[in-house]
Order: sequence, then structure tokens, then C-alpha cells
Amino acid sequence: MAVDQLDATFAALADPTRRAILKRLKSGEATVMELAAPFEMSQPAISKHLKVLERAGLISRGRDAQRRPCRLEPGPLKAATDWLENYRRYWEEQYQRLDALLDVLKEET
Amino acid sequence: MTVTITTPSPTELAVTRSFDAPRALVFDALTKPELLKRWHGAQGWNLIECAVDLRVGGDWRFVSQGPGGIKMGHGGVYQEIDAPARLVYTESYDDQWFEGEALITATLTETAGRTTVRTVLRFGSTEIRDLVAASPMESGISQSYARLDDVLASVSKG
Repeated sequence: MAVDQLDATFAALADPTRRAILKRLKSGEATVMELAAPFEMSQPAISKHLKVLERAGLISRGRDAQRRPCRLEPGPLKAATDWLENYRRYWEEQYQRLDALLDVLKEET
Repeated sequence: MTVTITTPSPTELAVTRSFDAPRALVFDALTKPELLKRWHGAQGWNLIECAVDLRVGGDWRFVSQGPGGIKMGHGGVYQEIDAPARLVYTESYDDQWFEGEALITATLTETAGRTTVRTVLRFGSTEIRDLVAASPMESGISQSYARLDDVLASVSKG
């Protein structure tokens, strides 16, 4: 995953409304009207957020010209969590060595 | 026993892991050079120099050797020592691959012979925090990412 894609993902995720939209889309696709309902926001304001999410590749829009339902695209989100996964693995590797040492030390005591 | 990483604040990373050993033993493994040399470092890296002056204001210094013989030195100063429960120290790298120093707080709690170590690393800025998380053992991509908070984990997993 390219770094600028990660930047776009994190920039899109930096907004609480957009995170809430993604959370809603996890339970299935939805129209702009359905997405706007829980927020005290106009449809144009929600549409603006959707554009950011779409540009970041986090959602896609359906072809149906009337409804244009929004759908979650899991790929970039996974790449974003992989970012911390890399760090997690680094600690896991060290700590597995510590596990082995602690086992030896327990034997000795 | 897996490592959990969270972002408690925009400038911090928290690393939590439990170990099947009593707290005093884990604390020793975190602070005694002869023990640190036996485990510290990611895969492919070994601690070849390790000096610890375990008192408030005392220095610590590690030199690790990695793939192809590459050497990396880092060190800092102990700020608080409450063995075997708590250890606070600064850390910076010789090659300054990230700016300034990190403040690291390790807290050890023991339950039924098992020890949980929670290590909170506080960096000078969100950008530095994110750089470190992106490339833990290497100088690399110096990009800044927006804050990743726990919501991200819930969005992608829950």
C-alpha cells in the first residue's frame, strides 16, 4: 500500500462523522438520505463527507442514478490497521524472546 | 498472550502484553544487562552493548546489531524507579531517526503469578509517534498520518 493512500485513509478517518458513516455502512449499504438521518446535518454536508470517503477509496457508490447507495470498501481500512499491525509484530517478536528467557529463569529459581 | 497496541492520546502508543512469570522476574529482565542481552531486540537484532545505571537520573545505553552488521545505539535517563511495579525513562536514538526523545512508562501488574506489562511511549508530536509506529526499527517513511484512535479498530473489526 502506497504511503499517499495511507495518508488519504487516515485523513478521511480523522473526522468523527466520517467514522460514524463507515460504522453504519458495516451493517450494509445505505443511501445518502439514510446516512444523513442520524446526523443533524444537511444532505449536501453528508454528501461532502461521502466524497472524501469515496476519494480515499473507503466507500464506493452504486450505479443506480436515483439512489446511488454507498458501500464499504474494506481494503484501505485493512491497510490502515496493518500499519499498527507491523508495530505490534515488532513487539511480539521481542516478547517471544522474553517468554523464552523467563521460562529458563523460572527453571533456575 | 498477544501484544495489544492502542493510542491513548495523539502523541502516545501503549503496548500491553502478559507474561507467564512473576513480576520481580519480569522487572529483572527489563533492567538487568545480563538478562536484557538475552532477549532484547526484534528478530535479527541482538544487543551487543548494554549498560544500565538503575537509579533516578542514571543513564542507560544499548547498542544493537542488526541484519548485515548494522549497528544502532540508543539510550536515555531513568526518571522514576519503583521496582518491580513501575519504570519511567527517556529514550533517544544516536542517529536521530526520530526527533527528540520519547518518554517511556512501563507498569507491571501481577495476578496469580502472571505479569502484565503495559508500556506507554510518549513522543514529541503525533507525526513522530506515527513515524515510529510505521517503521519501528528503521529510519524510513517520514510521513504524517492523522490520528488513529480506537475507533479505527472498532470500525475495521467490530
